[in-house]
Amino acid sequence: MVPTSRPASTRLVSGPDATPRRPINRAPLPWLAAGLPWVSIMAMSLVTFSPVIASAPVMPPLAFMTLLAWRMLRPAFLPIWAGLPLGAWDDLFSGQPFGSAIVLWSAAMLAMEVIDERYLWRGFVQDWLAAAVLTTVYLLAMSAIAGLAARALLPLTIGPQWLMAIVLFPVVNRLVAMLDKLRLLPLMRL
Amino acid sequence: MARSRDLRPGYSRRAQYGIFTGYVIAVVGIVVGVIALALSLFDPGAFAFLRGAATEVAAPVGETSSAARRSGAGLIAAIGAYFDTGRQNLQLSREIAGARANAVTARALADENRRLKALLHIVDPAQPPIASATLIGSTAASARRYAIIDVGTAQGVRAGMPVRAAAGLIGRVVEASRDTARVLLISDADNVVPVRRAGDGLPGFVQGTANGRIAIRLLTMGNNPLHPGDVFVTSGSGGIYPPGVPVAVVATTRRDGAEGQLAADPAATDYVLVLPTYKADAVAAMAASVKAAGPPLKEDN
Repeated sequence: MVPTSRPASTRLVSGPDATPRRPINRAPLPWLAAGLPWVSIMAMSLVTFSPVIASAPVMPPLAFMTLLAWRMLRPAFLPIWAGLPLGAWDDLFSGQPFGSAIVLWSAAMLAMEVIDERYLWRGFVQDWLAAAVLTTVYLLAMSAIAGLAARALLPLTIGPQWLMAIVLFPVVNRLVAMLDKLRLLPLMRL
Repeated sequence: MARSRDLRPGYSRRAQYGIFTGYVIAVVGIVVGVIALALSLFDPGAFAFLRGAATEVAAPVGETSSAARRSGAGLIAAIGAYFDTGRQNLQLSREIAGARANAVTARALADENRRLKALLHIVDPAQPPIASATLIGSTAASARRYAIIDVGTAQGVRAGMPVRAAAGLIGRVVEASRDTARVLLISDADNVVPVRRAGDGLPGFVQGTANGRIAIRLLTMGNNPLHPGDVFVTSGSGGIYPPGVPVAVVATTRRDGAEGQLAADPAATDYVLVLPTYKADAVAAMAASVKAAGPPLKEDN
């Protein structure tokens, strides 16, 4: 047998680039693969029931950051209208006037679409930058809406929250990547 | 990272329509959101039933985390207690000696107070609290300050009832569902509490500033008579809050009032009492008369 070099398209990949070893009679659980992103974002919305009874806004908008992280990690997974149901869910728990997250999350999904069109090749730093810009706009808009609802000019208290959101975005991203691995574990026998 | 989704899927009509419908729903989402937002700004209670149902579902999460917070704080306190047992022992025995003497005086004073009140007929028939509750959550990421408690209409809690902790006023109930209720904290900018200074009855009001502090404003003009450390209690005017509940302590004085700290920090509180509305009939009558009077007359010139 003479070892012939295969054409590039059929060459077997080896080394660290190889696809993870997976038995051929196993596949990811379909409900886990399809549901985990949704469930993780909805669970993050429940952080309002945190043990800390806050006297000022201190928590970063974790649910929104998780949404962005999923959108950046798996651009095709969440449908573009995902902001409608997920935002409605977040509104139920966030204490903001109902509808604010629906608007802003839907707008963020559309904005991500534009960012995808404009900046095709992005590294993590660019993703982080995009998330920072979107989160800043989101926090400012949320604060403005809360001020409208209270019919008083609220002092801009989003500083600590904003810093934490930007610093924590890589952490959230990492967490989402771990969840993505979990999501695609081959647990089902074919 | 390259774009992985192709927005031009060739000649497949189905795929083209799918992408188009996605965009349509996304834009409809924004429109629906704007409508809902306008509704809830116009009428803050519009979606109360939805929020109520949602907090009912999520209440177990809050109960668990509340228990975790309590046991966590207890653990740290227990470890800390070992370090200063000796000093504390000495201090406590000295305090007990002083307290014994004070107790006799206090008993006499309480007796005198009771007789004087009976004399003046100003004693309210005892207003027992409606329910005792646990603070199970708050809106930590929002600029509004709400907390969730684990009692609701099933226990007799209604919107408008004041909520207090042992150390002072917490806020008032704004929405009640079956087993949970949403409390507007006094640190929220929407919550205005009529108060008076504990020492001399100097009237004023307290408004939240949404950053954990509260602003104390006085009704009287002129030079500012406040000093750091002044305690403000509810005055009972307005008919919602019962009089005499501590609200705030002056921290720093300002030109036209002061910035204060909450008497009862919700973060350090776990158990609260829901009290009946102080003068429910008066509040209802006032609201009815305001409604009957209609909007204020416009000046037409």
